[in-house]
Amino acid sequence: MKIFEAAKAPIRWEERNVTAIRGPGGKWMIPPDAKESMDKNKIGLKGPLKTPIAAGHPSMNLLLRKTFDLYANVRPCVSIEGYQTPYTDVNLVTIRENTEGEYSGIEHVIVDGVVQSIKLITEQASKRIAEYAFEYARNNQRASVTAVHKANIMRMSDGLFLRKCREAAEKYKDVKFTEMYLDTVCLNMVQDPTQFDVLVMPNLYGDILSDLCAGLIGGLGVTPSGNIGANGVAIFESVHGTAPDIAGKDLANPTALLLSAVMMLRHMGLHGHAKKIETACFDTIRDRKVLTKDLGGNSKCSEFTEAICQKMKDMD
Amino acid sequence: MAAHSAVLSASKIMNPFWVGRLGNTAKPPPAKYGGRHTVTLIPGDGIGPELLNHVREVFRFACVPVDFEMVNVNSALETDDDMNNAITAIRRNGVALKGNIETKHTLPASVKSRNNVLRTSLDLYANVMHCQSLPGVQTRHKNIDIMIIRENTEGEYSSLEHESVSGVVESLKIITRNNSIRIADYAFKLARERGRRRVTAVHKANIMKLADGLFLQCCREVASGYPDITFDSMIVDNTTMQLVSKPQQFDVMVMPNLYGNVVSNVCAGLVGGPGLVPGANYGRDYAVFETATRNTGKSIAEKNIANPTAMLLASCLMLDHLNLNDYASLIRNAVLTTMNETRVTQLCAEQCCCEVARGNLCCNLTRIHISFPAKLGNEMRVHTIHF
Repeated sequence: MKIFEAAKAPIRWEERNVTAIRGPGGKWMIPPDAKESMDKNKIGLKGPLKTPIAAGHPSMNLLLRKTFDLYANVRPCVSIEGYQTPYTDVNLVTIRENTEGEYSGIEHVIVDGVVQSIKLITEQASKRIAEYAFEYARNNQRASVTAVHKANIMRMSDGLFLRKCREAAEKYKDVKFTEMYLDTVCLNMVQDPTQFDVLVMPNLYGDILSDLCAGLIGGLGVTPSGNIGANGVAIFESVHGTAPDIAGKDLANPTALLLSAVMMLRHMGLHGHAKKIETACFDTIRDRKVLTKDLGGNSKCSEFTEAICQKMKDMD
Repeated sequence: MAAHSAVLSASKIMNPFWVGRLGNTAKPPPAKYGGRHTVTLIPGDGIGPELLNHVREVFRFACVPVDFEMVNVNSALETDDDMNNAITAIRRNGVALKGNIETKHTLPASVKSRNNVLRTSLDLYANVMHCQSLPGVQTRHKNIDIMIIRENTEGEYSSLEHESVSGVVESLKIITRNNSIRIADYAFKLARERGRRRVTAVHKANIMKLADGLFLQCCREVASGYPDITFDSMIVDNTTMQLVSKPQQFDVMVMPNLYGNVVSNVCAGLVGGPGLVPGANYGRDYAVFETATRNTGKSIAEKNIANPTAMLLASCLMLDHLNLNDYASLIRNAVLTTMNETRVTQLCAEQCCCEVARGNLCCNLTRIHISFPAKLGNEMRVHTIHF
C-alpha cells in the first residue's frame, strides 16, 4: 500500500476479512460483507490464506473461487534480472481453467479399497477459458497460444477441451494456435522454456505447469497471479504460503504481492502506474543492494519497500 | 525367421514365481534353445523402427544370444488382432522391447491407446525410470540421480469416460488399495535393494482427499515395514518446482500414473532429453522395455537424426533382466564412452548422423571387450573398419 501511495496510484483500499463462516443453511461461505464489497468494487487484491488440514470446511481459496466464479487463473512468468536461476529469458503466461477438471471435488469410495475421483470437463467452461486465453493473447500482444492436453489417454474429456480451443482459435486468426501433449510440454519446458508463449489448459495440468514455471523464474516468492471471473470480477493474489514462521517479523518478500498488484493495475487499464512500480521493483532487485533474505540479501521487508519507493521518486 | 523363433519359443516353459530380484519381481524365462533367449520386438511408429534396428545391429556385433520375434503393431491397422498377437507373443516370451505406438487423439474414445492396453493386459504395474546425469551431456543441473516409480495400470489412465449430458464429460480416476500397496511395496523393495535412503511419495491429497489420500495412506503403511528407509511425501506442484530448482534433493519417488507422467518427463528433460533415458515396465510375470518418455518422434522419423541412446540403454536393462549382465555392461559402457567422446546426435544439440554414433559405438565395443574369443574379436574389427 505504501508503494501505491508513492506511485500516486488512484486506488482506494477497502480491507476485508475472509475467514470462512457458516451461513444460513449450514453451507460454508465467506462473510457477507466481504462478498458485498467485492461485488461493488469488482477488483480485489489478496494475500495468502491458510487452510488448516482438518478444518472441516473446504479451502478458503476454493470458497472464494466458487463464490465469485473465478474461472481463469493467469500467471505470467518472466525471468527477473538480478535473481539468478538456471533458466534465463523465460517469458510465458499460463492460463488455467479454475473451476472444474480434476479439482471438482467429486470423489467417492465405491467399495472398500476402491476410490473413484471424477474429472469433470464441460463445454461451457472450456469455451470460456479458451476465449479468455485468446482475448488475453490479443490484448497483451502475445504471438501464440498453446493448448496443453492429454487427449491420447483421456480422449473424451481433453478431446472436448481441445475442440473448444480449436473453435476459439478460428475466431482469433491473428493469434497462432498449437496443441501439445502435457508430457511433451514438461519435457521441453525444462530444456528450453523460451519456445512457449501463452499456455492454456484444464485445472490439474495448469496447477502443475504453473508451479513448474514459477520454479523456473525463482519460486512462488516472486510470482504474481490473477484470477479472473465472470462479470468483470478479478482477484489478484500472491500464491505462496502464509509462512507463519516469519509473520510479523518484517522479513517477508513482498515481490509476489507487489507484482500481482501491478497485474491488477494493468487489468484496470492503469498502465502508466503499473509500469512505474514494476520498473522500480525490478531495478531494486537488479541492483542487489537491498534484498530480502529469500532473494539472497539480508534486508528487512520495510527496507526493501523503502528502496522501491525511493526509486519511484527518482523516476518522477 | 519368425516361424523359426515361434517354434523355439513355443517349447519354453514359463516359471513366474516372485523372487524379488534386482529391479523386478519375476524370474526371467530360462533360455531353452542353445542358450538363446527370444524377445518380442514391437517397432511401433515414428522413430521406433529405426531405433530398434540400431539395437539389433548392436546386438549382432556384440553377439548377444538374443533372438527377436518381431510383431508389428502400429496405429495404421484397424483391427485389434495385431494387438492380441503382440500380447500373446509377450506372454510367450516373457520379455519385450518396444517402440511407442502412436495414438491418434482424433479417433473416438472407443479406440483405446494401444500402449495402455498392452500395459493393462499384461498387468505391468510398475514403471521404473532411473534418471542420472550422464557424463558428457551438458545440462543446467548436475549430479541428478533419481529413481521414479510410477503406478502403471490405474489412476487417471483407466480410460473410463462418459458424456452424461451433451457438453458435460466425466473422466474417472480410479485408485485402489491393492494397487497402491503393490506399487509402494515395489518402491520400497527396490530402494532397499539399491541401497537408497529415501522414498518420496508424490500426491495431491490436499485436493483429491479420498483418491490420493488412499494412495498416501497405503504408502505410509508400507513405509512402516521399512524402518531403515526414510519416507516423506510432497505435493505434486511443489515437487515440480523443487525439481527445477534443486533436483539433487530427491532419491526415490513413487506416485500414481499421471503425476508419474509429468515428473518423469520433467526429470528426463533435466538430465538431457528424451533420447537419453531408458524406461522399464515390470509386472509380476512380464517385463517390457522402452524409452522412458515414450515419444513417437514422428517429426524426426527416418531422417537418421534420432538419438539411439535411450533405446540402447533400455536394451541393456532388458539384458540385465535376462541375467546376461556381461553383455549389458559391455553395451552400456560402450554407449557411455561414445557419449563421452561427444559424438551425440541432434537431440543432444550436436548435429551428428545416427549411424556414425552407432559406428563409434561398435568401435568402442571392440576396444572394451578384450576378453571375447579372438576369432569373434577379429570379426567385429572387420565390421567396424567398413564404417
